[in-house]
Amino acid sequence: MTKFNLDNSYKAVVIGGSAGSFQGMIKILSQLPKNFPLPIIMALHRLKHVRHGFVEALSLKSVVPVTEPFDKEPIKKGGIYLAPANYHMSVELGNYFAMSTEEMINNSRPAIDITLGTCAYVYKDKLIGILLSGANKDGAIGMKNISDRGGLTIVQEPTECMIDTMPKAALAITKIDHVLKVDQIVEFFKELDKQYK
Amino acid sequence: MQDIDIADLKRITEVIFQKYRYDFRNYAMSSFKRRVLRILELKKLNVDGLIKKLNENPGFIYEFLDELTVNVTEMFRDPGFWRILREEIIPGIMLNHKQFKIWHAGCSSGEEVVSMAILLKEMGIYQDVTLIASDLDTNIIERAKAATYSLKSMELNEKNYIRFQGTKSLKDYYKEENGNAAFDKSLLANVSFRKHDLVMGEVFNKFDLILCRNVMIYFNQTLQNEVLKKFHESLFRYGYLAIGSKESLIWCDYASRFIVVNNEEKVYKKIKD
Repeated sequence: MTKFNLDNSYKAVVIGGSAGSFQGMIKILSQLPKNFPLPIIMALHRLKHVRHGFVEALSLKSVVPVTEPFDKEPIKKGGIYLAPANYHMSVELGNYFAMSTEEMINNSRPAIDITLGTCAYVYKDKLIGILLSGANKDGAIGMKNISDRGGLTIVQEPTECMIDTMPKAALAITKIDHVLKVDQIVEFFKELDKQYK
Repeated sequence: MQDIDIADLKRITEVIFQKYRYDFRNYAMSSFKRRVLRILELKKLNVDGLIKKLNENPGFIYEFLDELTVNVTEMFRDPGFWRILREEIIPGIMLNHKQFKIWHAGCSSGEEVVSMAILLKEMGIYQDVTLIASDLDTNIIERAKAATYSLKSMELNEKNYIRFQGTKSLKDYYKEENGNAAFDKSLLANVSFRKHDLVMGEVFNKFDLILCRNVMIYFNQTLQNEVLKKFHESLFRYGYLAIGSKESLIWCDYASRFIVVNNEEKVYKKIKD
């Protein structure tokens, strides 16, 4: 009997987060099942002009090192990817990344909406989207894109968030399948992993 | 907001190619789609309306190009890159050529051209360098020629300049005019601006250094390789090519004719004809 009623049809997990999401993200990455079968694609708000440090900090406790992909880099199963500083990160048909330097969205580059929205377009209902703590509305439209295309949506339980603007904005405009605490998201990943083994 | 599909994008790129000989058919899909959606929204058009306008109003293509191209740039973006230029790459060029040529391919509003001019002035070699700055978009070339930027953007530019560790203050190079920073025109004395399309344009000169940072990210891999071929042809042997920090040549066939000189800042050197 499973809690989340999952199957093994998913092709990717995409995660957005901003202020207050770092600890949660670390917890998820540090407790990720070994050989987790899907790519995890992260768009987290970060200092625009600091290229170094963030990916290293996330990698420190992550089961698999986190990388900031290059433009046109193919997406691999089990890869953990972080949108680089000062670029928007899209996923393209054909399963690779594309970077761009367009205008900021919601004062952000990388913008979560762009990564989530392009993932929704490429992976359709084979996508899981997760939105964590954050102080603006970026990601809400992206979560709606995921939901509209049949993907599974999860937001962090607002009461647990350091700043709940982000998950609340998503809850306000679209159907969210699960509202979970970070510990439950960790359980979710474990259950998802089992479907593939 | 409306959505458009691949078939719509194909119709748009075909009209532009057939009628105006600009080729967007190999642009990276997701960013191209966002740009087109942005234009539709800005001009209050749907896809059919856009195609009609492109067909019936020849002047509209310039407006279209101006909105389509991404013109977000900074002075001294990635200060570490500019330090490497000053400390390693340009001294490397000067070992072979006392006078040399630099091409800013896809110069946009010219922030990198002005940055380069400042760097060369501070090295005391500005008079020995010929700079060519090109872009596909004629409106943006006019803005680059004006070298006038909003004061708001100067905050970031100043920060970058400080991290670049220039010898002066960025303020020494511009005057405040009507809420803008107007850069000293002498910085552009050795710069020739020209309209040039990387996709359809011919190779037109040979250079010691080409800067094309965060331009090829808007192309798919096929087009990246074609453009890299043109850059290869436009470089003297042992000339340098600089691309954006999150770009890579490794998926291009022509990459084997270059070596990586600085992996962190993505500077390559042509080693084979």
